[in-house]
Amino acid sequence: MKNLKLIALLVIPVLFSTSCSNDDAPVNEEEVITTVRTTLTGGGQIITLTSRDLDGDGPNAPVVTVSGNLVTGVTYVGSTEFLNELEDPTEDITVEVEEEGTEHQVFYQLAPSIGTITYTDTDANGRPIGLNFTLVAGTSGSTGTLTVTLRHDLNKSGAGVAGGDITNAGGSTDAAVSFSVAVN
Amino acid sequence: MRYLSILFFFLVGFFGYAQVTITGVISDENGLPLRDAHVHIANKTTSTDVNGSYVLSGIPKGKQKLYISFIGYHAIEETIEISSDLTINRQLKLDVTKLDDITIQQLSNSKSESSNEQVLKSATIEKFSNQTLGEALKEVSGVSILKTGSTIVKPVINGLHSNRVPIINNNVRLEDQQWGTEHAPNFDINAAGKITVIKGASALQYGGDAIGGIVIIEPEVIKKDTLVGKSILNLASNGMGGSLSSSLQKGNRYGWSWNALGTFKYLGDRETPDYVLSNSGNREQNFSGGIRYAQEKYNFNAMYSFYNAQIGIIKASHIGNVNDLYNSINNQQPSVIEPFTYSIDAPKQEVQHHLAKVNYQRWLSQNTSIDFQYAFQFNNRLEFDVRRSSANNDKAALDLQLATHTFLADYKTNVGNWRLKSGLNLGYQNNFANPKTGVRPLIPSYEKLDAGLYGIAVYKFDNATLLESGIRYDFSTIEATKYYLKSRWTERGYDAEFSHFIVGEEGNQWLTKPTFDYHNITANIGFRKQFHHEMEWLVNVSLASRNPNPSELFSDGLHHSTGQIELGDLRLEKEQAYKFNTTFNKDWKSFRIQINPFINRISNFIYLQPTGFETTIRGAFPVWEFKQTEALLTGFDVNTKWEFSNHFSHELGMAYVNGQNLSTDEYLIDMPPFVINNKIQYKKESWFNFVSELKSELVFRQNQFPNYNFETNIVVNNELTPVLVDISSPPKGYHLLHFYSEMTFKINKRNSLTTSFSIQNIMNTTYRDYLNRQRFFVDEMGRNVQIQLKFNY
Repeated sequence: MKNLKLIALLVIPVLFSTSCSNDDAPVNEEEVITTVRTTLTGGGQIITLTSRDLDGDGPNAPVVTVSGNLVTGVTYVGSTEFLNELEDPTEDITVEVEEEGTEHQVFYQLAPSIGTITYTDTDANGRPIGLNFTLVAGTSGSTGTLTVTLRHDLNKSGAGVAGGDITNAGGSTDAAVSFSVAVN
Repeated sequence: MRYLSILFFFLVGFFGYAQVTITGVISDENGLPLRDAHVHIANKTTSTDVNGSYVLSGIPKGKQKLYISFIGYHAIEETIEISSDLTINRQLKLDVTKLDDITIQQLSNSKSESSNEQVLKSATIEKFSNQTLGEALKEVSGVSILKTGSTIVKPVINGLHSNRVPIINNNVRLEDQQWGTEHAPNFDINAAGKITVIKGASALQYGGDAIGGIVIIEPEVIKKDTLVGKSILNLASNGMGGSLSSSLQKGNRYGWSWNALGTFKYLGDRETPDYVLSNSGNREQNFSGGIRYAQEKYNFNAMYSFYNAQIGIIKASHIGNVNDLYNSINNQQPSVIEPFTYSIDAPKQEVQHHLAKVNYQRWLSQNTSIDFQYAFQFNNRLEFDVRRSSANNDKAALDLQLATHTFLADYKTNVGNWRLKSGLNLGYQNNFANPKTGVRPLIPSYEKLDAGLYGIAVYKFDNATLLESGIRYDFSTIEATKYYLKSRWTERGYDAEFSHFIVGEEGNQWLTKPTFDYHNITANIGFRKQFHHEMEWLVNVSLASRNPNPSELFSDGLHHSTGQIELGDLRLEKEQAYKFNTTFNKDWKSFRIQINPFINRISNFIYLQPTGFETTIRGAFPVWEFKQTEALLTGFDVNTKWEFSNHFSHELGMAYVNGQNLSTDEYLIDMPPFVINNKIQYKKESWFNFVSELKSELVFRQNQFPNYNFETNIVVNNELTPVLVDISSPPKGYHLLHFYSEMTFKINKRNSLTTSFSIQNIMNTTYRDYLNRQRFFVDEMGRNVQIQLKFNY
């Protein structure tokens, strides 16, 4: 047994010298989205809904903050940003989504009692991207969730997709976050 | 009546005294004596000695069956009339067509003498020329397959797979990243001449970690001065493609011989009865070649093989998050169905495997040989994913480069009734996880060093009884280099226990160098008794030990190809298995039965358990953790063959496994369901060797499964709603019918053409299989009509 270890020890240097040296550099993670921020401006308010996940696929859940409640009947001008805050300076992925607008779309899922969304931007083919929209707040006293989803490689001509219905969109999900919202 | 029967037995006893002795010499075509040839007359058996001679006494007079066989030679079977002592000399002819019987080692032909070996010969292997090693192995009862889609197939022996089933190719242990369930063995089935399956860890010369079993692949070796070629063309309707494989072999008893093989495979999208499995095409370009120089006292072999495959992963199985998984399970409809195409997009795998080896064998005496072997393997696995930026789709999301060096030395000798084998192995392995992918790798870079030593002794009490016992020691050390997210490191509870592994810090990550040493002692003892030629009993008890693999130890993060977060555990201990395996063979004239029950008690059994979900910015993902438990696997395999007329025969194969998780008192996850296979064959030699088979494959629903369902919130009608994700329930059972037929036309003495026609899943049945990782997303393949042309020259 001792001999064996000795043999092993003798062989190690020989083998190690022939192996390629391993690079200890960390992976420079690309394509990471850490932050989704939706801003609603209207009725003299600016409401920001932020979901931030600085450990990516790590165990920590995203930190979700909603700065205020909607006010019934108010029409908000809305926009959504996608950021990678691990980079310094912060990488703004929104630009890329806009540039490749024909391959991307942002979906908003919320109950009619919370509000209704209308897209206000278009891609090169005249279909919505969803980075800009208007939200008309719903019934006072209602609470629920607003789910923001970014899809790419989706079927933008699918039934209902241009109207904001995710059901037939397909594609793959780059971001999907839910915010708890209330209407005053 | 009773008196009559007594009289009857008395008379039989009396006749029993009318016995004679038969002697003779068995030689080869050149008149050279054959040692250890098997001679069987009436119910007596013996083997020839060094001079090829044998003596069999106590043979009853009258018409008796004579059977003489020797590995690699045509067996002689005849009926002789015996009235007095007799000398029967026979010459055996070298059998070129039954090449698969010939193994390189004539000294000890058997891999494990006391366990049940099941062998697939080239005739069976050729049927699967268009398919995979896993699918060919499914022909052995007790072997099932674990699939990812329709092209990634790996064998499961008695309920166990991956690293628990080492694959030995040409005496080299295949090191091709078998830790993943979606990593199929990187091997071209066309390069196999013979495949042996041992359902246990008894073949200690190959390693002590074969907790499930071992698959040993040997190439064809022709020991006759001849040049033979073979080409196999396959065309398949499902996938609209096929394969072409051609080999040339120059055989020689002494001097130089060589062989070369090339295989080309090209298939497009497969189809279920109802829809196209989008992106399920695959390609293979394989080559292997070898040279051999042999003299009476020594031989030298060198070979190289290259396996190159591109495999599409079904698009519908690329899930975004738990929402998509839930929808897929509930809708039972794939999310992506596109028209048929040959092209392969992301997600896909590109795998290359190089194997080069040299081997030198020397006979120190007629009974003793020594063998040295060095092998180098390089495996490169690229996994391409659907990436956020389409521009990056051409860049692999996973790039693992695994290099393995192994050196073996083996010593074999026969002394009297003893057969002894011993040897040592040294191995060095280096895995490099390329950081340029821009994605955190699931498997880290690591270096591993192995050293092993074994000894096996076989004692033959007589020609019918033998005892085998072996012991092995293995040392292994592994050092990984891995960046852990600090949050993951803390969540796993490594702070206190493993802080000594931390060697650096980089932003929100720890740079760690986890190092583990393992010392394993494994052993086995077995017994084989032949009661007479018609009945045999084998018993084998083995202790196997398997170290946790890099995936089980270090996985952490999202496995993109399966859309799940997989978490390894640095605390995992080695697995230890005690397997008891026994086989009864009974052989009547036209009916054969083999019953093979087993018990496998595994300590620290490692398995992947769904434990819930984790939320990321992309939504929630199911989490699968590597866990360890006490496990008990029990089951049996049954095979029968009944030749009920000259033309018709029936074969039955049944396999059952029961897997118990003793720690939690549940069933084990992913155990193969009960299977019954029936095959009826019609054979008529006068019609150009016509063979026609109808096979029924009946797979029951797996009712023995653990419940790992979990609840999560998904958006239903625009509202977050809690739902139960049913990832545990196995699919329904199913029944498939398959057809196969072939004919062989002799063109001249050397050349022949075999044509075959087969249909898999004749009824175009829609089904899903419990052991398919993509059963959540898509159905299995529908009907497939195949044509094969085989040209021997």
